[in-house]
Amino acid sequence: MSKPIVATTSLAGCFGCHMSILDVDERILDLFDLVEFNKSPIDDIKEFTKMCDIGIIEGGCCNSENVHVLKDFRKNCKILISLGECAIMGGLPAMRNNIPIEECLREAYLDGPSTKGHNPDGIMPNDEELPILLNKVYPCHEVVKIDYYLPGCPPRADLIWNALVALVTGDEMKLPYEVVKFD
Amino acid sequence: MSSNVQSIVEKYGNNANRLMDILHDIHSEKGFVSNGEMKEIALLLNISKVDVEQTLTFYHFFSENPRGKYTIYLNNSLVAEMMGREEVAKTFEKATGTKFGTVSDDGLFGLYDTSCIGMNDQEPAAIINGIVFPRVTTYRVKELIRSFRQGHTVEDMINSYGGGQNQSELVQAMVTNNLNRRGAVIFSDYTPGEGLEKLKSLKPQDIIEEVKNSNIRGRGGAGFPTGLKWDFCSKAEGDERFVLCNADEGEPGTFKDRVILTERPSLMFEGMIIAGYAINAKLGLLYLREEYYYLKKHLEFVLSDFRQKGWLGNNILGIEGFNYDIRIQFGAGAYVCGEESALIESCEGKRGEPRNRPPFPVQVGYLNQQTIINNVESLSSVTKIIANGADWFKSMGTKESSGTKLLSISGDLKYPGTFEVEWGITINEMLEMAGATDVKAVQVGGPSGRLIGPNEFHRTICYEDLPTGGAMIVIGEGRSILDVVMNFMDFFIEESCGSCAPCRYLTVILRNKMKKIIDGKGVASDLDEIVHWGKQMKIANRCGLGQSAANPILTSIENFRHEYEAKIEKGKDFDTEFDLNSAIIESARAVGRFPEA
Repeated sequence: MSKPIVATTSLAGCFGCHMSILDVDERILDLFDLVEFNKSPIDDIKEFTKMCDIGIIEGGCCNSENVHVLKDFRKNCKILISLGECAIMGGLPAMRNNIPIEECLREAYLDGPSTKGHNPDGIMPNDEELPILLNKVYPCHEVVKIDYYLPGCPPRADLIWNALVALVTGDEMKLPYEVVKFD
Repeated sequence: MSSNVQSIVEKYGNNANRLMDILHDIHSEKGFVSNGEMKEIALLLNISKVDVEQTLTFYHFFSENPRGKYTIYLNNSLVAEMMGREEVAKTFEKATGTKFGTVSDDGLFGLYDTSCIGMNDQEPAAIINGIVFPRVTTYRVKELIRSFRQGHTVEDMINSYGGGQNQSELVQAMVTNNLNRRGAVIFSDYTPGEGLEKLKSLKPQDIIEEVKNSNIRGRGGAGFPTGLKWDFCSKAEGDERFVLCNADEGEPGTFKDRVILTERPSLMFEGMIIAGYAINAKLGLLYLREEYYYLKKHLEFVLSDFRQKGWLGNNILGIEGFNYDIRIQFGAGAYVCGEESALIESCEGKRGEPRNRPPFPVQVGYLNQQTIINNVESLSSVTKIIANGADWFKSMGTKESSGTKLLSISGDLKYPGTFEVEWGITINEMLEMAGATDVKAVQVGGPSGRLIGPNEFHRTICYEDLPTGGAMIVIGEGRSILDVVMNFMDFFIEESCGSCAPCRYLTVILRNKMKKIIDGKGVASDLDEIVHWGKQMKIANRCGLGQSAANPILTSIENFRHEYEAKIEKGKDFDTEFDLNSAIIESARAVGRFPEA
């Protein structure tokens, strides 16, 4: 039987969840025995080259590119996992959700302490090449269907490891209290 | 420091537990409590300003800002909507020139929504500067606003008096009783003092035994045996004991206590005195919802009459050492304060947030002392139990549900109002009694109860089968069950105290899912998720509000699943409703980009 194929990406996240994947330490070698990686920062494959079994998403959606990538993952992965607080709830980036986007942009480019008086033309980034910000930060499941959620900020390496092993082997997932308690 | 605030605070002995009364007094003078006044109050009570602020902002009828010379609160309960609230609301907005939730530019009118005000039998109803305006029509709205603009007072606009005590000089309310059926306990013939007379020959423990023996259970909805509660309280260790009477009936669809408070206040106060005697309390509080403020003078008159007769005060009825008095404590608009521990917090001048239980109020209650909290109807029944005996009481009703029950029936039926019936009638009989035909569903026990369909109309109203606090909302054929549920969800979102995260968030998430289904965007998995998440509400919240907030959704899916399924998109298992184009439009405009659609 061929190995299950895994893809990962980081959207509006800090890459901390990916660092936590690496935190499985020497088990990363076992992981490569168990699964094959496709599109992922881990092997630096930029585009999907085949249909994948598991897609792991870090971060929520804060701009149009995040949405395109997420939809691409949904199309190319049989199972999608929201990994960590930002993917599940929006996380820190979602703190802007109570502030109108125009106010955010003004604060960043016109009225902020480092920009006030230095941007006389009042220019805000508007190149066609740039992704467009969304009106708010969306958790992944508000954009596409998400099959599983692994909580944490970041989720513990053991939680990620247990989840992947369970998915690949079909065994029940081990969820000891230590890997899901946060206080 | 303004002498006014100072004198008000001093009137309540600079006691922080009387913060509700202090805020009420300032409010009734000028309609809001300013930031400066909050600071003054805090200083005088020796608490922090934020303590004052959090109490003030918790309650619906308190405000930090002026709410207009004429402050209009229009009820938005389900039955109000069924009876044409929408048109009335639009007319209010047009006539006053302001939107709901705001004050008109000239400062004349403040327009606000409010949760059920206990007038479901005469909707749509509004409260304007504390005066209840039942059965409001669009015509009446125009007349009211026109007259207010001409300088008439709100009192000028009282154009009729409801029957019974509503027309007494002390009430003069337009509210009608709609007491459609008198029964053998609450609304039977009654001479004030007939329960108290028995105290002379009974010891406190005898009273408790008699109440226990009557098998009476709490009429507020939870159904806890009243005698047992009193027994626990009287045996708990402590210095002081209190009797609280819960007159906060905020469950949408219930208004039976309003009729007791209007027509039989003595019966209730007697029950409070009997309770005080039984558990050896010195003070009883009647926690009255602000919506019933119009009954204040009427109730206070009864209390002063009791004092004159020697039924309150020292050595009551000549019983040596039986010293007891009753005071009215007003709420200020918060459904959750009907929950007993939240009610205690409110009586202590705090936000109405439920406490963790145990310890129960009988152990640690008002001012951390031993406290019993009983419903208006329970205490009124007790008076009759003591007057006529437990055996008499038990001869009515069913085995586990003795006596009578007041039902507040409203909605799509001929005779909305209060009905006193013996426990044990079926829903079918109830509908026939109240003149309801072509009934699609009945909401038993208000939003926190169960929504049942005709296949359950054979069931019996009693603790053994279908328990209820008395709210019965009749929903006729032709109404959408989903609209009914949406109204209830909005209610729970508005009234959640916000203490438990699932109650604070999940109610909103569930409402949004409902909205999605109503808009025809729902898919099958939405329904599964609603059921799955709704069940979490029961286990993850502290009080009855949070635990039952998903009941309307869950019981309606259980009994009317077809109405949901009819709205659900076929052949699609997932739809988040996310639309990229509308999500980027705002920021694209802000930076001056115009992406292709």
